[in-house]
Amino acid sequence: MACVLETPLRMSVLSEVTASSRHYVDRLFDPDPQKVLQGVMLLYLLQQETSSTELRTECAVVLGSLAMGTENNVKSLLDCHIIPILLQGLLSPELKFIEACLRCLRTIFTSPVTPEELLYTDAAVIPHLMALLSRSRYTQEYICQIFSHCCKLRHWHSCGFKSSPQPLLCANGPDHQTILFNHGAVQNIAHLLSSTSYKVRMQALKCFSVLAFENPQVSMTLVNVLVDGELLPQIFVKMLQRDKPIEMQLTSAKCLTYMCRAGAIRTDDNYIVLKTLPALVRMCSKERLLEERVEGAETLAYLIETDVELQRIASITDHLISMLSDYFKYPSSVSAITDIKRLDHDLKHAHELRQAAFKLYASLGANDEDIRKKIIETENMMDRIVNGLSESSIKVRLSAVRCLHSLSRSVQQLRTSFQDHAVWKPLMKVLQNAPDEVLVVASSTLCNLLLEFSPSKEPILESGAIELLCSLTQSENLALRVNGIWALMNMAFQAEQKIKADILRGLSTEQLFQLLSDSDVNVLMKTLGLLRNLLSTRPHIDQIMSTHGKQIMQAVTLILEGEHNIEVKEQTLCILANIADGTTAKELIMTNDDILQKIKYYMSHSNAKLQLAAMFCISNLIWNEEEGSQERQDKLRDIGIVDILHKLSQSSDPNLCDKAKTALQQYLA
Amino acid sequence: MADPGAGSWDGGLPCPPEEQELSQRLRRLYPAVNQAETPLPRSWSPKDKYNYIGLSQGNLRVHYKGHGKNHKDAASVRATHPIPAACGIYYFEVKIVSKGRDGYMGIGLSAQGVNMNRLPGWDKHSYGYHGDDGHSFCSSGTGQPYGPTFTTGDVIGCCVNLINNTCFYTKNGHSLGIAFTDLPSNLYPTVGLQTPGEIVDANFGQQPFVFDIEDYMREWRAKIQSTIKRFPVGDRLGEWQTMLQNMVSSYLVHHGYCSTATAFARVTDTTIQEEQISIKNRQRIQKLVLAGRVGEAIEATQQLYPGLLEHNPNLLFTLKCRQFVEMVNGTDSEVRCFSARSPKSQDSYPASPSLSPRHGSTNSHIHSAGVDSPSCSNGVTSTKSKQSHSKYPALTSSSSSSSSSSPSSVNYSESNSTDSTKSQQHSSTSNQETSDSEMEMEAEHYPNGVLENSTRIMNGTYKQEEILQTDESSMDSCPQRQLCGGNHAATERMIQFGRELQTLSEQLCREYGKNTMHKKMLQVGLCLQPELAHSRSRSELRAWRGVGAALVSAVVLGIMGHLQPAHKAVLFCVSPPPHLVPQPAARAALRLAAPGAACLAEGHTLVACEYLPVFCAAVCLTACVSSPSPGCLQLVGLLGPLELPRGAAAGSSSEGACVRCSQQCYIGVSEPAKAAPADAGPGPGL
Repeated sequence: MACVLETPLRMSVLSEVTASSRHYVDRLFDPDPQKVLQGVMLLYLLQQETSSTELRTECAVVLGSLAMGTENNVKSLLDCHIIPILLQGLLSPELKFIEACLRCLRTIFTSPVTPEELLYTDAAVIPHLMALLSRSRYTQEYICQIFSHCCKLRHWHSCGFKSSPQPLLCANGPDHQTILFNHGAVQNIAHLLSSTSYKVRMQALKCFSVLAFENPQVSMTLVNVLVDGELLPQIFVKMLQRDKPIEMQLTSAKCLTYMCRAGAIRTDDNYIVLKTLPALVRMCSKERLLEERVEGAETLAYLIETDVELQRIASITDHLISMLSDYFKYPSSVSAITDIKRLDHDLKHAHELRQAAFKLYASLGANDEDIRKKIIETENMMDRIVNGLSESSIKVRLSAVRCLHSLSRSVQQLRTSFQDHAVWKPLMKVLQNAPDEVLVVASSTLCNLLLEFSPSKEPILESGAIELLCSLTQSENLALRVNGIWALMNMAFQAEQKIKADILRGLSTEQLFQLLSDSDVNVLMKTLGLLRNLLSTRPHIDQIMSTHGKQIMQAVTLILEGEHNIEVKEQTLCILANIADGTTAKELIMTNDDILQKIKYYMSHSNAKLQLAAMFCISNLIWNEEEGSQERQDKLRDIGIVDILHKLSQSSDPNLCDKAKTALQQYLA
Repeated sequence: MADPGAGSWDGGLPCPPEEQELSQRLRRLYPAVNQAETPLPRSWSPKDKYNYIGLSQGNLRVHYKGHGKNHKDAASVRATHPIPAACGIYYFEVKIVSKGRDGYMGIGLSAQGVNMNRLPGWDKHSYGYHGDDGHSFCSSGTGQPYGPTFTTGDVIGCCVNLINNTCFYTKNGHSLGIAFTDLPSNLYPTVGLQTPGEIVDANFGQQPFVFDIEDYMREWRAKIQSTIKRFPVGDRLGEWQTMLQNMVSSYLVHHGYCSTATAFARVTDTTIQEEQISIKNRQRIQKLVLAGRVGEAIEATQQLYPGLLEHNPNLLFTLKCRQFVEMVNGTDSEVRCFSARSPKSQDSYPASPSLSPRHGSTNSHIHSAGVDSPSCSNGVTSTKSKQSHSKYPALTSSSSSSSSSSPSSVNYSESNSTDSTKSQQHSSTSNQETSDSEMEMEAEHYPNGVLENSTRIMNGTYKQEEILQTDESSMDSCPQRQLCGGNHAATERMIQFGRELQTLSEQLCREYGKNTMHKKMLQVGLCLQPELAHSRSRSELRAWRGVGAALVSAVVLGIMGHLQPAHKAVLFCVSPPPHLVPQPAARAALRLAAPGAACLAEGHTLVACEYLPVFCAAVCLTACVSSPSPGCLQLVGLLGPLELPRGAAAGSSSEGACVRCSQQCYIGVSEPAKAAPADAGPGPGL
């Protein structure tokens, strides 16, 4: 009994000591079980409804201090099931105690070792937290902070096409957003934006940025929320003003960016064009802290990623492109000598800075050729990318590849700077054993480098690209399959016989059929494209058809019979037309009545594109100068082709009409 | 203080609504600008343009009406007024109505007098951003890649940041980044066109700007306030007080309010770093400049602060140009001595500095020479030491004695005008030749075709009487003004001087490259009509005071040695942007500070009110921000116990402040004083 009476006093002393002395805090979680017991004791005391409120409050405060220690402290506390206990504590009527619990919870949830899920295990928790929002400015601050940390997961978005500006939500991320949204988070938090407390305003803002990210539902709602007679976007724009704290400017810019990307604000809205974008560019300036510059660049990259007009504006704003080249100057040579602390700081951020800069360059150069040119003309740009491709940090490698990909869309650059710097070498290296997200972007880049006018094509082939790409087509990852087959298609375009044979060998017939039956239309299209590229120039056609004729004809029949869209069928008919261009290959069609009937069918199809493609086929078969043309003409006349040709020569479509007339002339000659 | 209202600008005519809107916007954007003193640009100047430029729509629309064959057909127009320094941040926009044939349009800034037959940016003191290539032109014929090109429909903005002297442009509301740094002051908004059909419209505030300039201004306001707030100050008791006292003291010292400074030092128990005599000397120089007696001022400077003008050849040139102007109107001693009209002739004062003997740079000699000087002034003893072609004539020829110490008046007759007596004439005045004038002298022999001694003979022909002691009556002693006071010899002397000036200009040109300002100055001097010289127009007077201020500043710099890296807060304290602080507050602060300055005689406070907002502002702001209470009043008041808010501050060491003051003073002095302090005599023209 005496002990309990004494405790409050001791506790308050303890809380002071723990806050100031890391050493003591760490000792509390000594491997020695005896000492860990102290923490457990605190939890026990906190749980006891019979303990006085003061005592329980002090316990929560001390636990909060403990949680401020190392990650191990937090882990130990989590092992003791601290979260349910603290959440339980929130049911107390005592505001002071609630605040202490919330503060402790805040500290625990902001730690990277705490799984966010723990907040959502009990369905009653979120509504209760929403209710507590009205209690005091401290509950407001802590709860918002908890929400904004429990709405995302700390790993990267798996889809490589997006430049996700921050650790992203995945499968259950949107769930968290939805849960919070469904419990009225938007309405409950919106009015906190007009709070007198800066901390509350800030945390509410952060909360919104997390809620709105890639969430059209939340974003659409936010646009129409009124706070004190003002719409939320207006309030965000006010928070963007240049005299506001940088943190506030940055976070409100994020909110507006996410709302824009989620489709709630148009990209040509003045809030975006004249406010958000310039604010984000300012965040990239040298005057800002390194962290701010990283976040600013990533958010800007995300904002402009898909809009060419925003890319153009960003590219001329405040010399952004040359401003970004400063991102590569860390650690600076000066800091290394003069200031160890600074060096440490620089080193820590150097990777982040570089990857952010690459990302932003990638977004800037995504669509506009002039911007790409400007980027490449930046000092040492290509060298930086080449270096970036071989950096140890996967984040840097990924964004360097992204940047390269973006720039590789320029024909001119493919022919010049890409060749000068032999970027294919590090790129091929990146492709070996890289994780999928890197592979996706790297293989996209490779697609561009394999375009026939690219001088890098040859060396890439020599370094074993075919094998690599063929293996990509077997990937589980759809994007990788598309890229793999796409690259092969590019590679086969006007290629020599040997390369074509290599591709066919590398891919194997089974795999080719596998791809032709792929559920994804993109894969199918590119596979057909590959076939078409393989089947070009007469000797190649005959060669390939002599070895793979049977399978190819089967596949073609299958597709023409299947439920496919116009483009797929058109592509398939074009393959047939190519086959019909061969010398010996022609026979494969002429002897296949089924196919001939299909061609006939498509000649009278309602779609002009398909008609035209079928016409090509017929033209190739009945062409006069070739051996055996007479027999083919006769056979085709027999199945009624000539009648159709006559009909088509009256067609209103000039292309079709011309083609039909030319074909008929073959008969007359 | 005149209210910078719209009415005052238009001479009291009733304003149309758009004019009112303009006035309102300008007042809101530039609250610190006193538009009665420094009007803001409101339209293009119909006078300050090339003939190929046509103006319409209230002088806001500019169109090209030349041939536009090549760059020789380029034409520019300047705004009616330069950008006042008190703006802090100034902004205007230009809309491209039509790009015309080739779209060779330049938007930018230029100083007065820059050739208008050019696009902005091609010449010295001219800056432009060109539409055809998007390049920026910084006083050079070749541009630097800067921004995007611009064409019909685009709105190009130009923002001048007078706090850090940079400029950036905007295109359709998007900032394009810094284009120019280290801009000079008093630039005019300028546009230039070069091919037919080019039309642009200016917006000096008539309409809302596309770019959010107010947001930019907010940022800078916040920046400066936070600099002040974060400025580190020792938390020992009384440091604030010391700092404030140092600021007041250094201000007083800088401006030469000598007795006030002494009184202030006595009351606050501080010491003044500069010696009183030095302050007085500086004051005297300033007075001489203000009285138009530039020649004397130059000499006094050379004597008292040897090497100063030597290091500032441009300043010397400016002074000489001014001297030339003064000669034209007969005020300068060079010619004034001919007129023999001075009521109290005490000294002979014949020579222009360029004619005076030359000295190396050894300062000690000059002062030691002072010992001989009284005798020199009698024209007896020093003759032996003087040799006509000696590169470094006798030290005795230049005296450091102040005029008051040798009040005997000496008349020089023709018999005195030998080579040797030449030096004596000078010896009565303080004269220290700089290396520049040495070169000038050498040049002078040949183009003029006259030898040095021939000039001397001419000089010696006349009775030369002059006073050096500053004297009110003598300053205003030219009742009727004629060219050089109507004296023929003086006129000749003036022409002679003009030639020397030309030579000096060429010299400087060779050494430092072309300087259009110099050329202009010279032209102004040469073309000056007598009438014009008499009736010193207001602007002239202002420019004039500028020269004086520059000299004083240079002197202070000379004394203080090299510029110390002053902290930003100090920079704020003493550099232009008073608009960043509410002026009434600044004044209130000063009044609060008055207990400390109670020793200032009546009128002083008032003067201080005009000039001190700069440093008071900082104090006041800090005080208001950190503790808006009686405690704040105590803080601002120089006396009394101080409760110091941690981490807040207003200024720094007196030295830093003082040095910075010297830059500020240019602005301070260029605005005519409202009330003169007791120490300083009233300036001319008031």
